[in-house]
Amino acid sequence: MTKHARTFAIACIFTCLSTSFVFADKPGNPAAVTSQDGKYADKDGNPTYKVDKDGKVDFYSYIGFVRYSANCLQCHGPDGLGSTYAPSLVDALKSIDYGTFLATVAGGKKDVSASQQLVMPSLGENKNVMCYIDAIYIYLRGRSDGAIGRGRPAAHESKPAAFTTAEDSCMG
Amino acid sequence: MGRMSRNGLLVTGALLSSVLMASGSMAQTTASAAGKDWTTPAGTMSGQRYSSLDQITSKNVGKLQVAWTFSTGVLRGHEGQPLVIGNMMYLDAPFPNTVFALDLDHDGKIVWKYEPKQDPNVIPVMCCDTVNRGVAYGDGKIFLHQADTTLLALDAKTGKVVWSVKTDDPSKGATGTDAPLVVKDKVYVGVSGGEFGVRGWFAAYNVADGKQVWRGYSMGPDSDTLIVPDKTTDLGKPVPANSSEASWQGDQWKIGGGDTWGWKSYDPKTNLIFYGSGNPSTWNPKQRPGDNKYSMTIWARDADTGAVKWLYQMTPHDQWDYDGVNEMVLVDQKIDGKDRHLLVHFDRNGFGYTLDRDTGALLVAQKYDPAVNWASKVDMDPKSPNYGRPEVLPQYSTEHGGEDVNTTNICPAALGSKDEQPSAFSPQTGLFYVPTNHVCMDYEPFRVSYVAGQPYVGATLSMYPPKGDTNMGNFIAWDATKGKIVWSLPEQFSAWGGALATAGNVVFYGTLEGYLKAVDAKTGKLLYKFKTPSGIIGNVMTYEHAGRQYVAVLSGVGGWAGIGLAAGLTDPHAGLGAVGGYAALNQYTSLGGSLTVFAVPQN
Repeated sequence: MTKHARTFAIACIFTCLSTSFVFADKPGNPAAVTSQDGKYADKDGNPTYKVDKDGKVDFYSYIGFVRYSANCLQCHGPDGLGSTYAPSLVDALKSIDYGTFLATVAGGKKDVSASQQLVMPSLGENKNVMCYIDAIYIYLRGRSDGAIGRGRPAAHESKPAAFTTAEDSCMG
Repeated sequence: MGRMSRNGLLVTGALLSSVLMASGSMAQTTASAAGKDWTTPAGTMSGQRYSSLDQITSKNVGKLQVAWTFSTGVLRGHEGQPLVIGNMMYLDAPFPNTVFALDLDHDGKIVWKYEPKQDPNVIPVMCCDTVNRGVAYGDGKIFLHQADTTLLALDAKTGKVVWSVKTDDPSKGATGTDAPLVVKDKVYVGVSGGEFGVRGWFAAYNVADGKQVWRGYSMGPDSDTLIVPDKTTDLGKPVPANSSEASWQGDQWKIGGGDTWGWKSYDPKTNLIFYGSGNPSTWNPKQRPGDNKYSMTIWARDADTGAVKWLYQMTPHDQWDYDGVNEMVLVDQKIDGKDRHLLVHFDRNGFGYTLDRDTGALLVAQKYDPAVNWASKVDMDPKSPNYGRPEVLPQYSTEHGGEDVNTTNICPAALGSKDEQPSAFSPQTGLFYVPTNHVCMDYEPFRVSYVAGQPYVGATLSMYPPKGDTNMGNFIAWDATKGKIVWSLPEQFSAWGGALATAGNVVFYGTLEGYLKAVDAKTGKLLYKFKTPSGIIGNVMTYEHAGRQYVAVLSGVGGWAGIGLAAGLTDPHAGLGAVGGYAALNQYTSLGGSLTVFAVPQN
């Protein structure tokens, strides 16, 4: 291998690695391809939203709005738009995938330096958050993609029986 | 005195302040007006935020200029105010709560700086930004209630830690954000944590050694609350034994909130200390049946023992998060031709209350924002079984609506017609000057489970200006003897900076866009405005140094108001994308942390 060829190969590895890294971290195509009991999933099996042409959202997006607003809004602002002391999740969810989202909520996150002190608590033990974590993700994914607007969704699908069963068993 | 040189005068001044220092806490004035110094968070223990300084007047305030500025180095919400004692200025920053001592004789040179070492894990249990409402002074010490609930005494001369005690447990969601108040040989503090189910308390510590003298809880058995059965009164009637526990289901009072993060005031004539308690936990009213005593309550305690002289619960069984912690301003005014010792309080719930502070008798309760709609009025008939209770309208009752139901168009919003931003009183005009919020909300309560140290909220809110209005705040002048608005200045955003009234017929306040404004105390006419580096949620104060009057305010947007910085408020009536009055605050200001000091140019 000539020196020139080697340089090219190394450059390619970097490019390919970084490209695939970015792809792996993005949430991917949000289109709902499967549904079970009113809960939708994308082609990779990750939870996703469904908004019909009249703006009616799936039930999980709706309950995600409700639970987001009770548990996350205090720091991340109305409709996921961020505040003076926590980042916008509308922006953040453009570059993190479902797994990273779950890990951050459950484990928390710290970014403490001389100029800023951003600390997210570990919410893994908080039933008010974790029993609804998929719904919160689905809602924010819809906000991040611009599919769900600001404020309370005007209309939503009816509450699936499976949701109530899961909620009761999770909240105890 | 005529023969004395300028140096001689200074020596006399220094001697005088040493004498005052030597007599310890006597340096804090018990007068109702502040003078050259600003020794307590509100200027004096009466909470009036009024200064007798009159060099800056309604005639010359238009010439005001920035004299000097100082950066705290922290870009979070700055809710407090500096203190000035002699030639020294003391101020603190939001987390990590850095305290600075500045020498006014040398252009604000930093004499000492103290930065507490705190576990950053306390940050996310602070509900609404990492604010701190200021330090207190007494006995030659500076007192700070840190975010992590450490109460700290620093030597005012050197900044060295004299003592330090832990007042509560941040791992359970308890935090320190309030400005302490020093009275005689004690320093008084309260606690934050209503969104984490923290049971509120109010406590007195010895200034000398930090030993706790007494602690009165907001709820629980009388032995915890320091209510004296049959002696403590509620609207003139003796309170029966264990009235707090009886107003809760089971032992829910143990995680019942009623936190005490607001301002404190003191009356030397009766030796009573006054403050308010906040919202009951959770925000879901269905989950906590009963009156939830004594959340949302005005407290009058004996300053030496903590024994409750009287109390008054303004919002029994809260359903809207209308914390009762706002300032208690002590004034002497005439009502119906009779001299009265009054306590005036602008509650989050939108009612301005005037009580007899010696007895706790309710004299006036009127809306100080016409938009307030959750209650038609407060029952003022002493013979009524509902005496002193608000008449709640069912359509705005989230208890009536129930869980998983969105109750809409409630005014005010959870941040109240006014939040912690303190009002000021001028004995010259007899008026109160009140920075207010003009915001309504939808509120949907739902079931939550309690985990220690985790948010325990239980409601979803959206906020917006009242229908048909574009202003989200007003700065008003209020007659507390009649319960009437005298004049009202609309503000585009909530007026979240604390007011100052001076003997120069000037009233100052700060706005969320960052303006320091000066208005005529009689007419409300705008006389001066200046845009500081960031939005103002701090409180204006004034002092005199070397014969010159200064006005100072912290800017640094944040706090609960900071939640809306990026987002603005949605307007459900105009649809999405509305601009103008509903525009996001980040089009007007950005993060900051600066003190700006103003003076009128000499010559």
